[in-house]
Amino acid sequence: MTTLAESLNPSSSEQTLEKIERSAIDASARLPVLLFFGTAIFWLLIGSLLALVASFKMSIPGFLDNEAWLTFGRVRPAHMNTVIYGWASAAGIGVGLWLMARLCRVAMMHTSLLIVAAIFWNLGVLVGTLGILAGDSRSIEWLEFPGYSTPILFIAYAFIGIWGIIMFRFRRPGHVYVSQWYLLAAFLWFPWLYGTVNILLIWQPILGSAQGAVNWWYAHNVLGLWFTPIGLASAYYMIPKVIGRPIHSYYLSILGFWSLALFYSWNGMHHLIGGPFPAWMISASVVASIMMFIPVITVAINHHMTMKGHFGGLKWSPTLRFTVFGAMSYTVVSFQGSLMAIPTLNQITHFTHYTIGHSHLGLYAFFTMMMFGAMYYITPRLVGWEWPSANLIRWHFWLAAIGILVMVGALTLGGIIQGLALYDPAVNFMNSMHFASPFLWVRSISGLLLTAAHVIFAVHFVMMLLQMGSKRGEPTLFARPVLEEETLSV
Amino acid sequence: MNRLPLLFLGIFLTFASAWAGLVAYPYLKLGQLLPITNEETGELAPPPLSGIADAGQDVYAANGCLYCHSQQVRPAYLSTDIAKGLGPRRTVARDYIRSRPAFLGTMRTGPDLTNVGLRYSAEWQHRHLYEPGEVSKGSIMPAFRYLYIMQKIEGAPNADALKDLTGPHAPKPGYEVVPTEDAKALVAYLLSLKRNYPLPESPEEALE
Repeated sequence: MTTLAESLNPSSSEQTLEKIERSAIDASARLPVLLFFGTAIFWLLIGSLLALVASFKMSIPGFLDNEAWLTFGRVRPAHMNTVIYGWASAAGIGVGLWLMARLCRVAMMHTSLLIVAAIFWNLGVLVGTLGILAGDSRSIEWLEFPGYSTPILFIAYAFIGIWGIIMFRFRRPGHVYVSQWYLLAAFLWFPWLYGTVNILLIWQPILGSAQGAVNWWYAHNVLGLWFTPIGLASAYYMIPKVIGRPIHSYYLSILGFWSLALFYSWNGMHHLIGGPFPAWMISASVVASIMMFIPVITVAINHHMTMKGHFGGLKWSPTLRFTVFGAMSYTVVSFQGSLMAIPTLNQITHFTHYTIGHSHLGLYAFFTMMMFGAMYYITPRLVGWEWPSANLIRWHFWLAAIGILVMVGALTLGGIIQGLALYDPAVNFMNSMHFASPFLWVRSISGLLLTAAHVIFAVHFVMMLLQMGSKRGEPTLFARPVLEEETLSV
Repeated sequence: MNRLPLLFLGIFLTFASAWAGLVAYPYLKLGQLLPITNEETGELAPPPLSGIADAGQDVYAANGCLYCHSQQVRPAYLSTDIAKGLGPRRTVARDYIRSRPAFLGTMRTGPDLTNVGLRYSAEWQHRHLYEPGEVSKGSIMPAFRYLYIMQKIEGAPNADALKDLTGPHAPKPGYEVVPTEDAKALVAYLLSLKRNYPLPESPEEALE
C-alpha cells in the first residue's frame, strides 16, 4: 500500500525512478560511448577520403600514381580496413555497449578501462592503416592489417567484449529482450572469429590452399555475425522506442535469431564458387545462403508489422528514418546475397563490380545507416543537449540515401554488363573494362555525395559536443510529430 | 527467451558447426597437401618456387595486385574460364600449396593471372609494370614506376636496364631505367605462374 505521502512524493513514482535510473546509466556510459562515436566518425572521414582516391584512380589511372603509398593496391585495402575496424566496428561497439547497459539496466562500471580499450582499439587501427600504406599489407581480404597491429586490436576488443558480457551477467532480473540476444551473441562470436584468423592466417599461416576457405569464412561472418547482429539489435530497440509500441511477434524474433545464427555462419564459401575447394564446401555455403531467406523474411515481417500504421513517424523522427532505411536495405541486400549465391547467376556476377555494389549495400545502406540512426538517438542522452539543427540532419540523410542508392545502382548495372562481357568467350577482355568504366565515374560522383554527408554529420557531431545552438526542451525533429499513441517517445 | 544456458549453448553450437566445416576441415585436409612426384620425370607438381619468385609474393601482397587480378580457373560446368583461355584445366587446392597467402582474388578488373607466366616474357612484364598504358593501350592499371630507378648512364649501360620504353616517362638520352630488387622479384613471381603441369585430380577439360 502506498501512503499518501509516498504517492505525493515525485521521486518515488515508478516513472520517476526509471528516469533516474536511465540517467544514471547514461551518465556512466557518457565518456566511453562518446569516445567510440567520435573516433568512429573520424575514421569514417578518413575512410571516405581513401575511398575517393581509390575510386578516381579507376577512372584516371595516372592520378597520384607516383608514390608507393598511394598506389591503388594499398589505398583500397586502407579504405576497407578503416571503415570496417575504424568506423563500423567502433560505432557498433558504442551502440552495442549503450544498448546493453540500457537493456540490462546496469550502469557501466570502471569505465576508465573501457576508455583505455577504446584508445587501444584506435591505436590498432592507426598502426594497421599506416602499415598497409607503408607496404606491409597481408593482401588477405578483410584482414590486411599487418601482424604487428592485429594483437593491439584483439587485446582492446577483449576488454570491450568482456564489458558487454559482464553487464549482461549483472543485469536486473526480468525478461531478456531480443536485442540482448543479438548483442550477447555478437560479443561472443567476434573474438572467436578474429582469434581464429589471427592464429591461422597471420601468426602461423596455414598452407595456401586452406587459407581461402578460412579467409572467406571470416570475411563473411564479420558481416553476418558481428555487424548484422549489432544492426538488428539496434533496429529491434529503436523502432519500438520511437513509435512507442512493442515488437509485433516474440516468436518471429526467436525464429529470426536462431536461423540467422545457424545459416549465416555457413555462408562464406559462396565467395569462392568454382574455386579450388571440395564441392561439398561450396554446396554447403550455397544452400546456407539460400536458407538465409528464412531469418531475413522473418525479421522483415516482424519489423514491418511493428511499423504498420506508424510509417508517419518517418516524417518527423531522424532516428526512425535512418533505422527504417537500414532495415529495408537489410532485406534487399540479403535477398540479393542469396540470389548471388546461385551458381548460374554467380558466374555472371562473380569477379565484377556487382559484388562491390552488394557489399556497400550491406555495410553502408544497412549497417552504416542503422548506426547513424542509433547515434542520433543515443548522443543527446549522453551529452545532455539536443541536436543543434534539423536541417543538417536532413542534408545528412538525403545525401547519404541518394549517394548510396546511386552508387549501388551504378555498380550493379556496370557489374552485370562487365560480367556478361567476361562471360562471353567472343568478347575481348579489354572490352569488359571499357564497358564498366562509365559506371565507375558515376560511382566516384556518388562517393562525393557520401563524403559530403559524412562531413556534415561530423560537423554536427562536434557542434553537439560543444553544445552549440539554443537549448531545446524537446528532441530535434524534422516536423511536429503527429501523435498516434499516448506513449510516444523519441 | 530466458533460459540462458540454452541461449549460450545455441550461440556456441551454431557457430561451432560452421567452424568445424569451414575452418577445421580445410585446416586438417587441404592444409596438409603435398606435391606429387611424376614417376617418369621425377618432377614435382606443382614445381617449387625459386627464392626470388617466392620473395616476389611479398611484393605482390604489399602492392595489392589481388584487388584486380584473380588467380583461379573455374571448371567448365560453372564458367567459361577455360573457353576464355585462362588455363587448360580448373585449379584445385594442390595448385596453391606454395602460395602465401593464396591469392585467389575476388575481382577481375584486370585479367586473371593463374597462367600469366605462360603468356609474357620478363621484358614485357617490366615494361608493362613501368608504364602499363604504353604496352597495353587503354589499360587502367596503375603504373608501378616506384619499383624502378631512373639513373644517369655512367660507363656501360646497366645490363638490367629496360629497353624500348616509350611515352612521357621514357628515359631521356643518357639516362636509363633499371628495376629495383622488388621489381625483379615481382616479375620472377609473375613468370612462375604456370599451372600447366598435370595433376591427377584435375584432368584437362575438353571444350565443347
